[in-house]
Amino acid sequence: MDYGHSDRPAGATPLPTAIKILVAGGFGVGKTTMVGAVSETRPLRTEEVLTESGVGIDDLSGVEGKTTTTVAMDFGRITISDDLVLYLFGTPGQDRFWFVWDELALGAIGAVVLADTRRLADCFPSIDYFEGRGTPFVVAVNCFQDARKYRLDEVQAALNLDPGVPVLLCDARQRESSKEVLVTLMEHAMKTREARRRAASED
Amino acid sequence: MTVQGESADHQWVDDHAGPVVRPYAVTRGRARPVTGTFDLISLVTATQAEVTPEVGLGPEHLAIVGLCQRIQSVAEIAAHLDLPVGTIRVLLGDLAARSLVQVREPQTTAGLPDNSIFEAVINGLRAL
Repeated sequence: MDYGHSDRPAGATPLPTAIKILVAGGFGVGKTTMVGAVSETRPLRTEEVLTESGVGIDDLSGVEGKTTTTVAMDFGRITISDDLVLYLFGTPGQDRFWFVWDELALGAIGAVVLADTRRLADCFPSIDYFEGRGTPFVVAVNCFQDARKYRLDEVQAALNLDPGVPVLLCDARQRESSKEVLVTLMEHAMKTREARRRAASED
Repeated sequence: MTVQGESADHQWVDDHAGPVVRPYAVTRGRARPVTGTFDLISLVTATQAEVTPEVGLGPEHLAIVGLCQRIQSVAEIAAHLDLPVGTIRVLLGDLAARSLVQVREPQTTAGLPDNSIFEAVINGLRAL
């Protein structure tokens, strides 16, 4: 852990803006790998502790014996400039943690859905989720070595995607490839936002 | 983190062994911060170089102030202190109530005035 001196005196300058991108997809599809490939540090892990009886009440004394579940999220950071920091969050893979997704997706600028053509159905829940929420997303097909190669239009058709959703191939281990995925996502998110603003002003 | 066994005689272990105290013991049973909401990417910075121990502040509070000499997100604080995010939120609420930390909540996409943030991120990513 680095406790080095800060370049700026604490509290003296305005804090930068933080933005959030999600990396979703099925278990073992390479979410943490992608987060690690582009982050400036190794991926960090944070946990939420969930206690069923903890929902809606303030005092948790006496519930120590209740079952607790922890949901781990891996994330990384890219400092774009002094004013702008980008955080990448890998979403928890299991469907039963949707409520954690809601917190993660709140305010997210966009999402990468990682897909593995050997287990394409694993990314359906992520696609449904982001479509339902209106979160801009791209589908990045992680090219595993032993996977059969499909054309992007075949993947697009198999996923029944809206034609506007970018689909691209990537290697989640490679920094350049993962960067390209994020750039594609940001361009798509920007276009989506402009289209929505235009639609809103025409109403 | 798992719920520990019923044994009351905790052995003293160092940081590498992870927290020995249950998350709600650190917050003295509180599940909600006294103030603030603290998004995962809310950015936190300490307002003072160090804080002298006082009533109501535990070692975890002081550790957060130490960590936040550099700007950190709520998620990063939780990861570095190896405590659940919910616990960190409560501790940050205590610190914010005493003005020991400054917090910046993230901007929502809808609230962005123009495309400049998108363009800055795209250019920044390309330059990595």
